[in-house]
Amino acid sequence: MEIIHSIRPLLAVLVSLCAVPLIASSRKANIREGWTFAAAILKFVIIVSMLPAVLRGSQFTFTLWEFLPGASIGFKVDSLGMLFALVASSLWIITSAYSVGYMRGLKEHSQSRYFCFFALALSATIGVAFSANLLTLYLFYEMLSLATYPLVTHHQDQEARQSGRKYLTYILGTSIGLVLPAMLIVYHLTGSLEFTTHGLLAGEVSKGLVTLLLLMFLFGFAKAAIMPFHAWLPAAMVAPTPVSALLHAVAVVKVGVFSIVRVLTGIFGVEILSSFHLDTVVCYIASFTILVGSLIALSQDELKRRLAFSTISQLSYIVLGVALLSPKGMEGGIAHIAMHAFGKITLFFCAGAIFVGTGKKYISEMVGIGRKMPITMTAFFIGALSVIGLPPTGGFFSKWYLVLGTLQANQWPMLVVLLLSSLLNAAYFLPVVYKAFFCTEQEAMFDNIVQEGPIWCVAPLVLTAVISVFLFFYPDIFFRLAAMAIGM
Amino acid sequence: MSQHYPVLLVTVPLLSAFIISGLSWVKKSLCFPVALLALGTSVFCAISLLFRVLDLGIVEYHMGGWMPPWGIAYRVDLLNALVLVVVSSVAFLNLFATHKSVQRDFPEKMGIFYVLYVLFVTGLMGITVTGDVFNLYVLLEIASLTAYALIALGQPDSAPLASLNYVFIGTIGACFYLLGIGYLYIMTGSLNMADIASLLPPIYHSKAVLVAFIFCMVGVCIKMAFFPLHVWLPNAYTFAPNPASSVIAPLMTKVMVYVMIRLVFSVFLPDFSFHVLHIDHAIVWLSCLAIVMGSLLALNQKNIKRMLTYIIVSEIGYMVGGFWLGNRLGMSGAILHILNDAIMTLCLFLAVGNIAYKIRGLDFVHLKGLFRKMPITMAAFVAAGLSVIGVPPTCGFFSKWYLISGAIQAGQYGFMVALLFSSLVNVVLFFRIIEIAYFEPMETHHRVVAMRDVMEEAPLTMLVPLLIVAVSLVAVGIYSGNIVTHIILPVLPKGIG
Repeated sequence: MEIIHSIRPLLAVLVSLCAVPLIASSRKANIREGWTFAAAILKFVIIVSMLPAVLRGSQFTFTLWEFLPGASIGFKVDSLGMLFALVASSLWIITSAYSVGYMRGLKEHSQSRYFCFFALALSATIGVAFSANLLTLYLFYEMLSLATYPLVTHHQDQEARQSGRKYLTYILGTSIGLVLPAMLIVYHLTGSLEFTTHGLLAGEVSKGLVTLLLLMFLFGFAKAAIMPFHAWLPAAMVAPTPVSALLHAVAVVKVGVFSIVRVLTGIFGVEILSSFHLDTVVCYIASFTILVGSLIALSQDELKRRLAFSTISQLSYIVLGVALLSPKGMEGGIAHIAMHAFGKITLFFCAGAIFVGTGKKYISEMVGIGRKMPITMTAFFIGALSVIGLPPTGGFFSKWYLVLGTLQANQWPMLVVLLLSSLLNAAYFLPVVYKAFFCTEQEAMFDNIVQEGPIWCVAPLVLTAVISVFLFFYPDIFFRLAAMAIGM
Repeated sequence: MSQHYPVLLVTVPLLSAFIISGLSWVKKSLCFPVALLALGTSVFCAISLLFRVLDLGIVEYHMGGWMPPWGIAYRVDLLNALVLVVVSSVAFLNLFATHKSVQRDFPEKMGIFYVLYVLFVTGLMGITVTGDVFNLYVLLEIASLTAYALIALGQPDSAPLASLNYVFIGTIGACFYLLGIGYLYIMTGSLNMADIASLLPPIYHSKAVLVAFIFCMVGVCIKMAFFPLHVWLPNAYTFAPNPASSVIAPLMTKVMVYVMIRLVFSVFLPDFSFHVLHIDHAIVWLSCLAIVMGSLLALNQKNIKRMLTYIIVSEIGYMVGGFWLGNRLGMSGAILHILNDAIMTLCLFLAVGNIAYKIRGLDFVHLKGLFRKMPITMAAFVAAGLSVIGVPPTCGFFSKWYLISGAIQAGQYGFMVALLFSSLVNVVLFFRIIEIAYFEPMETHHRVVAMRDVMEEAPLTMLVPLLIVAVSLVAVGIYSGNIVTHIILPVLPKGIG
C-alpha cells in the first residue's frame, strides 16, 4: 500500500471553512451563493482528484499538528473515507442549488447565517471522513454538532427552540458523556488513537472492558440515531428542508454511522469483535432499531417525520451490515452509506418541493398531488424504490449484499429482520405514491393543472433521482471503494 | 539588568502605585497610562523571566544581598514563571480593556481604582515569586486587602456588605495560614521554603508539623474558595465593579491554587503530603463534591455574573482534585488548568463587562436579543463557554484531557464522572444563555431584521482585548501539549508516577 503525503485532505476540509467569511461578508445574495457554489465545486474537485490514487490502493495522509504523542490532528484518505466524502461533497453541490430555490422560494430570514453554517458543517463532515485518528474525528464531530445547531433552530420560534434543546441534549450529552471518556480510556490503554487496519485494542483488554467501550462508542455516537438515542432526529426536522435533506439524511447522521464503522474496524478490529461475540450484540441492537424505526414510521402523518424514522431504521442497516463481519455484509453496509444517501435526499427534496409549491406538510393532505406535481412525485417514487431496495435503483444492490451477508454470517434472524423491514419500508412509502397518482376525483385535493415547484427545487431532485437509477446500472465505484475498505 | 527581573516584577507596580496616587490629585487622566506602563513592564519582565528559566534553570534573587535563610529569597522556577506570565498578562489586558468602563462608571474614583488595581497585582506577583513563607503571607494580605477595597467600589447598596463578608472570612483564612507557618517556624526556626523543606523530613511524624500542614491548607482553601469554604466568593465577585471582578476572578483563586501546589512541592514536599498523610483520596472526593455542587449551584442562578462565580467554585474543584490525584497526568492537568481557567474566566468576565457596558442589568431576562445587538462580544462569550464545556480545540478540552486521563490512571473514576457531569451541566448553563440571547424576543417565522440597524457593540478598546483573549483560548489549546512537555512536566518533582 502506497502512502502519499499530501496537503490535499486538509485543503478539502478548509475550502468551505475559508468560504465562511466570504459568504458572511457578501452584500448581494447572488454573490453570496456564488461563493457557496465555488467552495462546493472546489471541494468536490479536490476530493475527486484523490479518487484515482485511492482506487489504486494508495492512501493520502497529512498530519497537521501533534498535541501529544499518539494524539494529533491528522488526516488520512482511505477508501472508506473517500466513499463518504464523495457522497457528501457531491450532494453539497446539488443541495446548494436546492437551498437557493427553497430559501428564496419561502423568503426565509437570515440566509447569510444559513449558508455560513452550512459551509461550516460541510467542513466538519469532510473532516470526519478524512480523520486519521479518534481525536481528529472527535474534534470534527463536535464541530459538526455545534455548526448544525443554528441550522436546526433556523426559524427561531418556540418549536425550533425546543428541538434545538433536544438536539444538543442528545448529541452533546452522548459525545461528552460517553465518547470522550471512552476515547481517553482507549488512549490510556494503548497510548494511541490512530485507526489501524487490525484495531488498536487487539490483544490488550478483557471482555468486560471491551463490551463497555463498545457500548459507550455505539451509543455515544448518537448521530447514528441508534435507539434509544434517536429522538433528536425527528425533532431536528423542524429545520429548513435542505438541512434535513443533506444534514439529517446524509452528512450528520452518516457521520454518526461512519464514526461507528471507523471505531469498530479501526479501534476494536474485526478479530476482537468476533472472538468476544460482540458482533451479535451489535446486530441485535441494530435490528431492534431497524424494526422499531420502521414501525414508528408507519404511523407518522407528517412527511418529513416519516422520512426521519425511515432514516433511523436505514442507518442501522449500515451498522448491522458492518457488525455481521462477513465480507458481503460489510461491503453492503458500507455501500449503503452511498446508496441510501442518494435515495433519501431525493425524498427530502421532494418533501421540500411540495412544501414550497403547496405549503403541505402532512401525507393525509397530499392525496392526488401527483397530478399537480408529476415530476416531483415520480422522483419521490424512484427515491422510495431505492430506500426500499427495489430495482432499478442503487438501493437494490446494497440490500442484496446485506442479505447475502446475513447468509454468509449464518445469521438467519438478521435475514428475517431485513426482509421484514423491507416490507415495512414498502408499506410506509408506496401508499404515499399510490395516493398521489391513483385517487378518485372526489378524493383528489388538487386540481389537474400541472404546477411544479421552482426550477431550483425541481432540477436537484430530478438529478438525484436520476443518479439513484444510474447507480443501479453502474454501482461499481461505491462497491469497489467498499470492498477496498474491508480489505478485499 | 536582567538578573533583577524577579524583583522588578513586583517593585515597578508597587512604586507606580505611589506615583498614581500622587497623580490622582494632579491630573486624573495620567493614572491610566502610568498603570499601563507599570503592568506592561511586569509583563515584559515575566515573559523574559520565563524564557530565562527555560534556558538557564531556576533563577534565585536575594533581597538586599542577604543570603537565605536569613534574607528574603525570590525563587523562580518554571511553575511560578508560568503563573507570573499568566498574572501579569491577564492584569495588563484587563486594565486596557476596562478603561472605558472605569471612566464611565466611577470617574471620580479613578485614581483610587488604579492604585488598588496595581497594588493588587503587586500582591499576586509577590505571592507567586517569593520563596519565603512569611513574605508570602505579607503579600497575600496586600492582595487581599486591595481586593476587599476593589470589591467595595461596586454598587453602594450591595458591594460593601459583600466585601465586609469577604474581609471576615478572608481574614480567618489568612490567620489559619499565619498560624500554620507559625508552627513551622517553631519546629524548624526558618521561614525560607527551601530551608524548611530540608529541615522537615526527620520530623515528619511530629504532630506540630501535621497541624502546620492542616492550618496552611485550610487557610489556602478558604482563600481559593474550595467548597464548602466558598460562601464569600459569589457575592463578592458578583457585586464587585466589572473592571475589578474581571481581574480578581481569573487571578485570585488561581494564584491560591498555585500556593497550595507550591506548599506541597517546595515546603512540605510530596513525600509528606502524599505518602505520610494519606489524605489524597479524601481531598479528591471533596473536590468531586466541589465540582458537582459548584455546577448545581450555578444551575440555580438567574444572573449571568453570579452563575460564572459558581462555575469558578466548580473549576477550583478541577484543579485541587487533579493535583491530589497524585500522578503526573493529573498534576499537569491541574497546573495547565491554572493557565486555561485564567484565560477562560477572563474571557467570560470581559464579555460580561462589555454586555454590562451596553445593557443595564445582567439578569438573564436582560440578555434577550443579544446576538443581534452585540454579535462580536457574544461570539467571544460562546468561545469561552465552549472552552468551559471542553470542546476541542479550545484550551478547556485539553485541561479535561489531562485531568480525566489522570483520573483513569489513578483509578479515581468518581473524579472522572464528576468532571463529565460538570461538563454536561456547563452545556446546559451556556446554551441556556445562548438560547435566551438568540431566540428572544421571539421572532415571527419570516421576519427579516436588518442587522446594521440594531447592532450596538461595545467600543473597540473593549472589543480588541476580548478578541485577543478569545483567540488565545484556541492558541493555548493547540500548544497545550508543548506547554505541558516543556514547562509543566519539568516542574513536577521526581518520584511522582
